[in-house]
Amino acid sequence: MNIYLPIAEVAVNAFLVLGLGGMVGVLSGMFGVGGGFLLTPLLFFIGIPPAVAVATGANQIVASSVSGVLAHLRRRTVDLKMGGVLQGGGIVGAALGIAIFNYLKSLGQVDLFVTLCYVVFLGIVGGLMFIESVNALRKSRRGAPPKRKQRGWVHSLPFKMRFRTSGLYISVIPPLAVGLFVGMLTAIMGVGGGFIMVPAMIYLLGMPTKVVVGTSLFQIITVTAATTMMHAITNQTVDIVLAVLLLIGGVVGAQFGTRIGVLLKAEQLRILLALLVILVCAKLALDLLLEPSELYSISPIRTAK
Amino acid sequence: MGSMDRFRMISGLAVLILSLWWALFGARTASAEEVVLGLSHDRVAITATFDGSEILIFGAVKRETPISATAPLEVIVTISGPKEPVMVRRKERSMGIWVNTDSVAVDSAPSFYAVATSAPFSEVLSDTEDLRHKVSIRRAIRSVGSTLEGAQAFKEALMRIREENGFYSLQENVVSLDEQTLFRTALQMPADLIEGQYETRIFLTRDGTVVSQYETVIEVNKVGLERFLFNLSREQPPLYGLLALIIAVLSGWGAAAIFQLLRNG
Repeated sequence: MNIYLPIAEVAVNAFLVLGLGGMVGVLSGMFGVGGGFLLTPLLFFIGIPPAVAVATGANQIVASSVSGVLAHLRRRTVDLKMGGVLQGGGIVGAALGIAIFNYLKSLGQVDLFVTLCYVVFLGIVGGLMFIESVNALRKSRRGAPPKRKQRGWVHSLPFKMRFRTSGLYISVIPPLAVGLFVGMLTAIMGVGGGFIMVPAMIYLLGMPTKVVVGTSLFQIITVTAATTMMHAITNQTVDIVLAVLLLIGGVVGAQFGTRIGVLLKAEQLRILLALLVILVCAKLALDLLLEPSELYSISPIRTAK
Repeated sequence: MGSMDRFRMISGLAVLILSLWWALFGARTASAEEVVLGLSHDRVAITATFDGSEILIFGAVKRETPISATAPLEVIVTISGPKEPVMVRRKERSMGIWVNTDSVAVDSAPSFYAVATSAPFSEVLSDTEDLRHKVSIRRAIRSVGSTLEGAQAFKEALMRIREENGFYSLQENVVSLDEQTLFRTALQMPADLIEGQYETRIFLTRDGTVVSQYETVIEVNKVGLERFLFNLSREQPPLYGLLALIIAVLSGWGAAAIFQLLRNG
């Protein structure tokens, strides 16, 4: 069954979009990532114009994150205080990111830059997570208790704050910086940024894996909601019909994902996420390295309406 | 008073010249063979489940004189979507990766363009006539002032990509013509239509020369919910953005609540 999208001005198969939303929703619930890094390229692939895909993707991530966060709230695995600090940094970061994005657009190589960003960040994060979680899994197999994070430079900074849910007493500077950085990526890459934030929370802030997923989702809601509004107002590229299709699939998927996530061990969860991140990275890298079958591409020059 | 007389004289002269001009050239432009056209529909409504549309174009050739025996009559039908400027970019390998390097702006390319003919295109229309009336796909795209060497390759790429996606098509021998008088064809319009006025032209040709031409417009419009959402997004962007967010939050919350109920119940 085909559905005509009023803003994108293309007709798409409704079930295909529902399926895409569902798949991304499952990942979102399992790993606490918004799934944008997967959703946005997939939307390009089915023929949605990139500007619409990025904007609508952000809106869809809001829905699946709300759904996921509620499931996590019930299990008390959201650090609201930490989330608030991250959001503060995130909104400032998003504004900075928009400025950088527009500057690159004026230079004319924004597509390439975004793809390179994906390859670099997904590659680094995926690689590190994979190595670390394989090591952790080996250790836990041998029966040795997983080592608690040692206190590094992060703990010697001023402005300390107590985060009870995470069991942390650390400076607010690192979480603010993480939020800022992720907010910037949100604006530039059109993603929720969970794939950066989850590892940053675990390895940099030393938060327990249990609360990381819920807290990450909580932060993502605010930043993606702000992004959706910015796109709706400045570019008018949010397609509600596409969003509704994606989020019907997405919210259902997120619920299943959260349940699956509970069943798996933290290390297994991390290995799976790492593999997924590496896979997307490899696909994007190949696209850059291999000769494309069609060297030419068309984009309409939209006159300001 | 004198100026008034002069005005009368000049206007009288103008009327005379106009009627003379009409007698001389008007007779030539009003051709012996004219198109009487019918369309299965002159409006395409894009609804939520819009899945393309087939337009039946049929008509008759009206003539005062008997059919001239010189060359057979042929018919060309074209439908053109709204024209817009497009940017065509080409990738090149640079430092190991494929990067967009050169780009050419095409001034005006129709978003959709279909040509249907009653015989092979080269037999139906001569190149000079094609140049004058801009009938073929190549001629329907206007690109002037592209300074880059080899800009032609970019235009060809544009045509190739749009033909592969079904937006441009040349369909030869699909207009059926009976007794050189009644003609009929069906043109398929894809699901990915954009809104606008679709200019529809019918050419009657003999020996590669256009003997008569008829133009009409097919309106393609979004209707209902599609129309409402599109207008809202353009006229009330903050409201539209909020609506999108509210839908997102409510559906996220709704799904969580339903699953909770299912688990408990």
